[in-house]
Amino acid sequence: MLAFVIRRVLQALGVLLVVGFISFCMFQFMGDPVEGLLGQEATEEQRRELIERLGLEDPIPVQFVRFVGNAVQGDFGLSYRLARPVSELILERLPATLELAFVSAIIAMALGIVLGVFTAINRSGFAANFIMTASLIGVSLPTFLIGILLIYVFSVQLGWLPSFGRGETVEFFGWRSNLGSWDGLRSILLPAITLGLYQMTLIMRLVRAEMLEVLRQDYIRFARARGLSERAVNFGHALKNTLVPVVTVTGLQLGSIIAFAIVTESVFQWPGVGFLFIRSVEFVDVPVMAAYLLLIGALFVVINLIVDLLYFVIDPRLRSDRAGSH
Amino acid sequence: MTQSPVLSVTDLVVEIPTRRGVLRPVDSVSFDIAAGEVLGVVGESGAGKSMTGSAVIGLIDPPGRIASGEVRLNGARIDNLRPSEMRRIRGKRIGMVFQDPMASLNPLLTVGDQLEETIQVHLGLRRAEARKRAIAALEEVGIPAADRRIDSYPHEFSGGMRQRVVIALALAAEPEMVIADEPTTALDVSVQAQIVALLRRLCRERGAAVMLITHDMGVIAETADRVAVMYAGRVVEIGPVREVVGAPSHPYSVGLMGATPSTSGDAASERLKQIPGAMPRLLSIPSGCAFHPRCPRAFDTCDREAPPLLRSGSSLAACWLCSPDHQHLVQSATLPEAIE
Repeated sequence: MLAFVIRRVLQALGVLLVVGFISFCMFQFMGDPVEGLLGQEATEEQRRELIERLGLEDPIPVQFVRFVGNAVQGDFGLSYRLARPVSELILERLPATLELAFVSAIIAMALGIVLGVFTAINRSGFAANFIMTASLIGVSLPTFLIGILLIYVFSVQLGWLPSFGRGETVEFFGWRSNLGSWDGLRSILLPAITLGLYQMTLIMRLVRAEMLEVLRQDYIRFARARGLSERAVNFGHALKNTLVPVVTVTGLQLGSIIAFAIVTESVFQWPGVGFLFIRSVEFVDVPVMAAYLLLIGALFVVINLIVDLLYFVIDPRLRSDRAGSH
Repeated sequence: MTQSPVLSVTDLVVEIPTRRGVLRPVDSVSFDIAAGEVLGVVGESGAGKSMTGSAVIGLIDPPGRIASGEVRLNGARIDNLRPSEMRRIRGKRIGMVFQDPMASLNPLLTVGDQLEETIQVHLGLRRAEARKRAIAALEEVGIPAADRRIDSYPHEFSGGMRQRVVIALALAAEPEMVIADEPTTALDVSVQAQIVALLRRLCRERGAAVMLITHDMGVIAETADRVAVMYAGRVVEIGPVREVVGAPSHPYSVGLMGATPSTSGDAASERLKQIPGAMPRLLSIPSGCAFHPRCPRAFDTCDREAPPLLRSGSSLAACWLCSPDHQHLVQSATLPEAIE
């Protein structure tokens, strides 16, 4: 198992290097960094000095190595737009995005699994058919539209929940959180639902399909033949076997939830990294864009690694080399 | 066999409604099994053997259902019980062993988890007690070092060992009736005999009645006390194993025994016999005796009227040839070569 982990970590590093190269290329191909930093009125003197300082005349490989070296130390340079260190900007906003993503992932997973199991067990019931049909809407509506609809219903018409911003946040050990106050909780609800709705319907449909498949297996029949209750059969036996593929998909979805929080953050003016990224694109703020790209790449890689390790926890067949020895 | 039977099935009919009509995978099946007795049920695939077993234990997949007939366990009807009552019978009073031991254990739970769960449900023991029982159950089916193996997962056992675990599970609550649905089909030949012997020994010790579904004539000849031969959903012959295997009365049984390879005799010169044609589909069961289109001895009555079970020696056979009115046909028949 250790060999497996080491191999996966090495692969992950390889992937990150490629992502890093793509980020690096953005500096080369998107506009002139000197102009971006100094503006058009700079003198030739100032330009020369900056080019010298940034090492822009060095061979490309040397520049790339320097970029990677800096990135490893968390140094992504200065934002063209805000003239502050990029790492600082991102760290400031990352908690908002991560929190939003986790809350929506939890909503998506909890509801998705419950509804998936329900629709699988009551396959032909009216309620199950209704949920399945309704879930098609969740799959087919674009995120921004769902966000706008939710704002219209719950903020504009009913006036129950705020339509934008983080609201009141509470700081825990330097992490500004929405989960500590009533106002913060109210603020995170709509964006989290918006972000998680698609994932929820996806998880629900996946759980349903897997569960129906598992319920056809012999060991489910055998469990019934042993006189176990329906509940023990459905939850003790079937659900656990359903979870292996669900964990994979949910893990991968968590990555895309964070990555695609951009749209939701824009709709709800949520002060996270996605929102920062959109603003950076508007201003061609290449260092921020590059750092964001790397961050998302790293998150995907880390999540994938965790998902792979979770398999070992869930499925004993993968642990056989260890279990066989005791 | 004079005592009242453990299991008594009378005129059992199973129907499956489909868009193209109602199928009858089990049609008017009757048999009894006494305590300690092994009834072998044989027939081709699709003859209704497994469906009969499922009907007895109340596990027919919807939309299939028992349309009529009775199933009695020690005299009490069990075919019309509510699901919660039937659940208390499954595993507790009727145990079942399935065909594929690779597939009948949950791969994500240890064999101990699965045994303890079954024991706890039926015997209401505490966890530690249940664990002791589980270890004893594994020892009884011949799992070496049971106290350590109990925490292993199914994939850590070989096929034969897994089937032993499945038997331990089926017998965990000491049922009075065991249904074994092709318990050896998925196993290596070398292991088959052990598993059958184990099943037979354990059931005999407990005085449990056994319904052994198989298409392995060797297993039947070795294990069963009586045999029921099924064809197209019906029992066509039922009787003591010696008679049905050694001197079958129904032409289908004759064909089935002829199609079984034997190691005695001159195997090289003797070609294995086949029954021409295939078993009818459930949607197009022939009129009269369902076997008549394939039967080498069919005559005019056969396609008009389905024969009831008629006495033939100490067996019963559903064949007009066994009817006293047709005895002359039996005598005049020149038949040993006819089934080829």
